[in-house]
Amino acid sequence: MSEHALPTPVNRKLLTPGVLFLLMLTAIMFCIAIVRFGFSGLAGVTNLDQQHPWGLWIAFDVASGVALAAGGFTVAALAHIFHREHYHAIARPALLTAMLGYTFVGIGLMFDLGRYYNIWHPIILWQGDSVLFEVGMCVVCYINVLYLEFAPIFCEGVASEEHSWPGPFERIRHLLRPICAAAYPYLNRIQFLLVIAGVVLSCLHQSSLGNLMVIAPSKMHDLWDTQISSLLFLLSAFMVGFAMVIFESMYASWSLKLKPEMEILSPMAKFIVFFTGLYLAFKIGDVLVRESYGLLFEGSAQSVCFIIEMVFGLIVPFVMLLSARVRNTPRLLFIAALLIVLGVVFNRINVFLVAYQPPYATKTYFPTIWEIAVTVGLVSLLMLIYRVIVTYLPVISHPDKARKA
Amino acid sequence: MSTVSVSRRDFLRKAGLAGLATPAVALLPETAVASEGAELSEDWMGVLVDIQKCIGCRRCEAACNEANGFEVPTDEELTATSVFAEHRRPGPHHHTTINRFPPRDGGVEDGAIFAKANCLHCNKPACVSACLVGAFRKLDDGPVVYDAWKCMGCRYCMVACPFQIPTYEYDYLLTPQVRKCTMCANEGNPNKGGVPACVQTCPKEVMTYGKRSELLTEAHEKIARHPDLYRDHVYGEHEVGGTSWLYLAPKDHSFEELGFLSLDSSPPPMRTERIQHGIFKYFIPPLAWYGLLGAVMWVARPGADDKWQEPAKDGS
Repeated sequence: MSEHALPTPVNRKLLTPGVLFLLMLTAIMFCIAIVRFGFSGLAGVTNLDQQHPWGLWIAFDVASGVALAAGGFTVAALAHIFHREHYHAIARPALLTAMLGYTFVGIGLMFDLGRYYNIWHPIILWQGDSVLFEVGMCVVCYINVLYLEFAPIFCEGVASEEHSWPGPFERIRHLLRPICAAAYPYLNRIQFLLVIAGVVLSCLHQSSLGNLMVIAPSKMHDLWDTQISSLLFLLSAFMVGFAMVIFESMYASWSLKLKPEMEILSPMAKFIVFFTGLYLAFKIGDVLVRESYGLLFEGSAQSVCFIIEMVFGLIVPFVMLLSARVRNTPRLLFIAALLIVLGVVFNRINVFLVAYQPPYATKTYFPTIWEIAVTVGLVSLLMLIYRVIVTYLPVISHPDKARKA
Repeated sequence: MSTVSVSRRDFLRKAGLAGLATPAVALLPETAVASEGAELSEDWMGVLVDIQKCIGCRRCEAACNEANGFEVPTDEELTATSVFAEHRRPGPHHHTTINRFPPRDGGVEDGAIFAKANCLHCNKPACVSACLVGAFRKLDDGPVVYDAWKCMGCRYCMVACPFQIPTYEYDYLLTPQVRKCTMCANEGNPNKGGVPACVQTCPKEVMTYGKRSELLTEAHEKIARHPDLYRDHVYGEHEVGGTSWLYLAPKDHSFEELGFLSLDSSPPPMRTERIQHGIFKYFIPPLAWYGLLGAVMWVARPGADDKWQEPAKDGS
């Protein structure tokens, strides 16, 4: 009964001006990496100090990165646990975003760690009381789940006779064919286990990221110093997962000159309404119960950031998405989804940086141009790899490129 | 066309809500299981610091650096009072600092108060709880020490410490460490197992090393004997669940005025551990969540309702 197009490699030129621009940003990042890892360490490249141990790379690359990759498990739950076939077509791009997103969380973390070569230590040195231990172990397990979930897509791409890969890669593809053919049925058989594991693992670490700063209540600004922080992070992860899928699908459609898949994205927007409403209720309720609303008008940088986060990151897109007209208009839906995404990024930056008030600080932290350039370079490289993968592997199902079953 | 039976749709709706509720319930503070409180050990050693005796000679800073193998300040550097111009916090290569605070009447050099800053070796240390690889641990006799080989340099300990004590060697390229006072219990310290270097060196006997419980008694006795000299508060008795380093302030200075932080008596790890232990109690919440999702996946599978529907009227 399904008339959905099957996923297929996208037939678009790879070396566009946009791609070349991303390559340049990536190259800059590599140059800074050489300085950071080969010459100056963290001191020469970051503005971290004894009062501010965590900076942009933790607040954005790690914390926001994990949040924005939440689309993988939320759409997988919709499509494969609740069997909403309607969303099958968007599940693969969402999975790809998650797989690449978490990979780059790991890479970003390597930049930030002082002893990055010990990043594997939590696997053998367990300290179960630590929130960060749980986050780390869940992320390690989940990255494995993501790669195993993506493996069948890779096998399909390898097996296909239809599109040839450039030069030496086509030869590698020939070598891989028998391996992928053998592995494919087994990979498919365990997918249902992986999808459920992915949801459980994601719920665990998305919420625990919210629990990280709870260990420093004396250093947290009252507007964000709540013990329900993990619940807020979990709800906002559900919310931003769908928003990010909409944002990235529409952006990819625009960039690849395809029509946006509104018949999938519009109904999906309703889930954002549900979770945004729930998240707003808990967030506002929390401020009321803890009576921290007085701080809203203290005129500090923190109070301004909180108001921006609430108004532009939550209330405005929530009201927008309540309207069916917004949900069905590509440009308006894109703006609403983008506001949610930016709102969650801003929330993670607020929780980890803005709200963090070390007791003896003589100056505030702001990232160096090198920190920003590394972050921008990592995002660029992620977009590049995404583009390469959808060009050669069957990820995007698009009516324009319909290959009838 | 097939029709989804009402009871199945109903189940899915209820399962969906139960599914949302499961992680939510595990995350609400009231329902999380309370973890055991900070258990005090009688064996813990500590140091009682009598602030009003300190003359600001900073020989404790020199002794500390020497014991740890850091560069030792020269006598000239030690006597230069310009160092007191700004508030100094401990750093990677000087684990303790003395800061000067003006006397009550103001403007007069004599009567200035000097307060020593260093790791307080908490009863329930936030750094120990935060470190995901267990690089920090509290020894049986009290000191909180650091094992560099375990560390991956994530610096969560620095986020966790309410006193902002652990410091980082940001300018070391390959093997940066977290650094802080170890109460001279670190490997390679000549005072290991004995009295810390700063306590031994102090010419005015500002510090007393002994069993924490006995030092507490002594502190309260001092306050009782000289109520005009001492503020009626032992800093570190209850703050963040209690610390091994205890301080007595001069009567007319609050601890906040001397660079100490006003903190309540609840140990920071209690907040996070309560939630973590609640979520992972016998692994039940994650397994229950996994089971519930599996049940939904099974019930909602396509074709499952074929058995439940009436046969179609046209016989297909």
